[in-house]
Amino acid sequence: MNREPLWRMIALARPRGARFALGVLLGALATGSGVALLGVAAWLISTAAQHPPITALSVAVVATRALGVSRGVMRYLERLVTHDAAFRTLADVRVRVYERLARTEPVRRFRSGDLVSRLVSDTDATQDLLVRGLTPPLVGIVTGGAVVAVCTALFAPGGLLLAAGLLSAGVAVPLAAAALGRGPGRRLARARGDLSTSLVDALHGAPDLIAYGAMDRAVRRVEEADAEITRVARRDAALLGFGEGAIALATGLTVWATLLLGVAAVSEGTLGPVPFAVVVLTALAAFEIVSPLPAVAARLGAVRASGERLFDVLDTPASVSDPADPAPLPDGPARLRVRGLRVRYGADEPWALDGVDIDVPPGRTVAVLGPSGAGKSTLAAILLRFRDPDSGTVELDGTDLTRLPVDEARRVITGVPQDPHVFTSTLRENLRLARPGAGDGELWEALRRARLADDVEAMPEGLDTEVGSHGARLSGGMRRRLALARALLAAPRVLVLDEPTTHLDPDARDAVVTDLLDATEGRSTLLITHDLAGLERVDHIYVVSEGRVLQHGSHEELLSRAGWYRDAHALLRRG
Amino acid sequence: MKPLDPRLVRTARAVRVHLAVTVVCGVVVTCLVLAQAWLLARVISGATDGQGVGELAWAISAVAVVAIARAVLSYGAETAALRSAARAKSELRRRLIRHVTGTSDSAPAAAGGSDSGPVWLSGQTGPDGTSTPRAGELVTLATRGLDALDDYFARYLPQLVLAVLVPVAVLVVVARADWISAAVIAVTLPLIPIFMALVGWHTQARTQRQWRLLNRLGGHFLDVVEGLPTLAIFRRAKAQAAIIRRITDEHRGVTMSTLRIAFLSAFVLELLSTLAVALVAVEIGLRLMYGMLDYETALLVLILAPEAYLPLREVGARFHASMEGVAAAEQVFTVLDSGPAREAPAGGPAAPRSRAGDEVAALPRRAGGPAPRIRFDGVGLVYPGRDVPALRDVDLVLEPGRSLLLTGPSGSGKSSLLALLLRFAEPTTGTILVEDASLAAPVPLSLLSADSWRAAIAWVPQHPYLFDDTVAGNIRLGAPDASDAEVRRAAELAEAHGFISALPDGYATRLGERGARLSAGQRQRVALARAFLRDAPIVLLDEPTAHLDPDNARAVRVAVARLLRDRSGVIVAHDTGWTDIVDAVAHIEAGRVGERIPT
Repeated sequence: MNREPLWRMIALARPRGARFALGVLLGALATGSGVALLGVAAWLISTAAQHPPITALSVAVVATRALGVSRGVMRYLERLVTHDAAFRTLADVRVRVYERLARTEPVRRFRSGDLVSRLVSDTDATQDLLVRGLTPPLVGIVTGGAVVAVCTALFAPGGLLLAAGLLSAGVAVPLAAAALGRGPGRRLARARGDLSTSLVDALHGAPDLIAYGAMDRAVRRVEEADAEITRVARRDAALLGFGEGAIALATGLTVWATLLLGVAAVSEGTLGPVPFAVVVLTALAAFEIVSPLPAVAARLGAVRASGERLFDVLDTPASVSDPADPAPLPDGPARLRVRGLRVRYGADEPWALDGVDIDVPPGRTVAVLGPSGAGKSTLAAILLRFRDPDSGTVELDGTDLTRLPVDEARRVITGVPQDPHVFTSTLRENLRLARPGAGDGELWEALRRARLADDVEAMPEGLDTEVGSHGARLSGGMRRRLALARALLAAPRVLVLDEPTTHLDPDARDAVVTDLLDATEGRSTLLITHDLAGLERVDHIYVVSEGRVLQHGSHEELLSRAGWYRDAHALLRRG
Repeated sequence: MKPLDPRLVRTARAVRVHLAVTVVCGVVVTCLVLAQAWLLARVISGATDGQGVGELAWAISAVAVVAIARAVLSYGAETAALRSAARAKSELRRRLIRHVTGTSDSAPAAAGGSDSGPVWLSGQTGPDGTSTPRAGELVTLATRGLDALDDYFARYLPQLVLAVLVPVAVLVVVARADWISAAVIAVTLPLIPIFMALVGWHTQARTQRQWRLLNRLGGHFLDVVEGLPTLAIFRRAKAQAAIIRRITDEHRGVTMSTLRIAFLSAFVLELLSTLAVALVAVEIGLRLMYGMLDYETALLVLILAPEAYLPLREVGARFHASMEGVAAAEQVFTVLDSGPAREAPAGGPAAPRSRAGDEVAALPRRAGGPAPRIRFDGVGLVYPGRDVPALRDVDLVLEPGRSLLLTGPSGSGKSSLLALLLRFAEPTTGTILVEDASLAAPVPLSLLSADSWRAAIAWVPQHPYLFDDTVAGNIRLGAPDASDAEVRRAAELAEAHGFISALPDGYATRLGERGARLSAGQRQRVALARAFLRDAPIVLLDEPTAHLDPDNARAVRVAVARLLRDRSGVIVAHDTGWTDIVDAVAHIEAGRVGERIPT
């Protein structure tokens, strides 16, 4: 396979090849009409100057008028056809990206919201490439080739000159300008990075800066960064102006040379005055063919970078696999056993989990407690089947989890992932995600158990309330309760709750933990957390650090023994 | 949106220089266009009449000169435009940052340079360190947003000038040569803007409705990609792929029907300009045939006719991209016009600007000296635009050298009380009185200069903001001249020296944007080191251990106890876990301070 991301991105459009070909044809007709209009008009006038009978001109008159209309019409159709084809391709690409992401481990990738939004804009860059990057060069090749062929037939030296002029203005100069622009682009990006960092610091850090009397210094830093970016931009303007000047020069000199050779040929009698006028005026108009190309060349670098990131995702191997010979769904009391679990994210990386044993007895609530970086989210990723373990087993009622198809495993074990997503939709749709087709009765029951029912009843639109982007119209605590209600609605055999209270303020956290432990009573539950709130109510606690279990036992047992848990507790529950 | 915003012209000198240069360039380009057309017509008709290279040498050489002149001019114009754009962007950026941070150009070092907090803070929930989305928008506006002005300066404005000059010049020349062609051009040329306006006016309502729908559909893919882990664990990921295809196809349907209309104005432009040239060509061809026109004139008209429409087409093609830059500039002006920076303090009620003149002598700065006594006397605070007071009738005394724990549920007004002490907000009722040995009588806090008052305070917010600087630079925030040994001593006191020494470059390690390199607990300890180095008599701590794991919480606790020693302190926390290291506890609920329990 060709590794060049640009080609691979274009290859994504292959299923829509016929539509793109039609787009290129229409584009060539549009551009060609414009050039031909001047060529035919030149023929018309230079022929008319010889005062022929009117019939000699009638075809040219009709052709001129037709060309006058066809350019606009063809251009309009071309734009519609290529946009339509590009949107169709975008649908294909989005689905491919999505399916690939669903089969790789999203948890780590999704730690940063920026990465996700960049991936989405990279996906959308294919559309841009196809509309603005693919069609204009192809149209240029087709039209340019045709125009050069016609001119060569009329006057061979003129045709060759035109070919050279078009190639330099349409290919050499844009590529050279893009290459010249790369240095300034890099310098500018660096200066822009510094400027943006200093701005972020001055604006986001404003309370700290003001309290410490340091705002003036921060503003000075912004102004220094601004001075630098302005200096870089002003200096590099001399390089960036090159393209415009060089294209104007190529255009003007091509016309001049054609004129010079043409006059010589006419006076030698090797070229008639009519083809002479046609060739000169065609050359004058022909540079319209290459005018969109500098913009294409300038954008190639950015599109290529988008493609690289896109194929980085599309080429990532799946991190979980469905078993070849799936086991039947276990049907026991819901006993979860983790034995000797080891996971790492690369051959050279340290073990994120290094031989972990955990038991969740049927109907019991077990907590996994530990500082950040202890391996807790890796454990959640294994249990929620975002990853296969490197070694060790996770068994539900004696059935190894990896022997179940991924989605079947998630039928029996699911819950609240870290940072659960609230979709831009209604409360009802956000809930029904966990059980499509659930009736309002079931939804309200889940909301009641998550102690969200009263809040929802108070909303004028009830379940049809739009929650806004990322659930922005809900409070942090309500978003957590919604995620909990969703997990309860899914009614898995084992509920996994990964940090269900992060980013909540302490009051909301305590209330959510209390309600969550009430709601999950009687269901096998694994609560993964970094803080001690509510742990006195769980049946068993595992303290995890650096991928290993440090100690485990009930709240009372752990308090009665010297160790991490007692220290931590003494510290936070003092007073 | 205006093609040329008068505020933009007024603001930046660079813009006025650029406009002048552009107009001069435009005039020269117009002359060159006319010269080229005339020379080409002359040479072609001359050669047709049998003149050879020798006789036409002057004209052919002149064509080369015109070509080179046009190239040089377009290089120079482009370069000059980019330079002007850089300067104009810089001017706008500096005004923007000065305005939003409340540091004015005119008197950057004036007392209380950032008296009442920057304008962008208004609307924020409180000085709890959480950043507003507004700040993010401003950063984008000041960088990428303004960059769109490049296109506006280098491409749009020059074409706009040409779109005025060239058609007029062409018309004049063509009219002298052949008045009928001139009439065709004169009639069609104004039709283009008229038809474009009509099409635009006719379709505007419809396209706007569709763009709204488009925005909604466009956000869908981002939403489901962000929610992929959630969809996956509920076994919805596979079904979602089909939904993505359906929604993207719907999106395409709506977009295409929008584009069918949106492309109409370009269609009108292209159709009219080409058709006009075709009409002119046929008309002069026929008149030439009947001998009513000579060949050279006909050629001149034919070459010039497309030139009349070209700048108009270019302006049309660049309109949307350039208007992004104009829109960004307009946003900047909107921010700049949003009132004097200091009128709206940090989410608090307006601090009457007139009082600044009444400010009494600044509080003298005495490192390690005793703190003033601070008395809240019936203090109430109502944030603008809100009905419920954040604080009401607060009576409280902060004794020098004593510490107070302020507990209460979230939203009870704890952070507002700190905001008052930090002068991010001013009381709407009651007064905060400062009693100090250096002052003859108790003075209302609002009469002290904010800068000198804040110099007596060290604040450790709940989410301290760390800057993209070295560790040492971050610790020096409130004491830029502190020596390395002093920085290190402060870090030791803050229980931060251990992990800082373990960083690759120790104190010289850069922390990355927002201190990304450090954990929450480590960030908290760096903020404590800041407070130690500031060595202020008053310390304010907001939820120092919330969200920290036990190991980090322990270290922070030790450092906080050390920081409070011999200083006046206020700790805001939701629970009472701090009682053994403070001198008194007060409870706050719904903006009222309740019982006060000495420990």
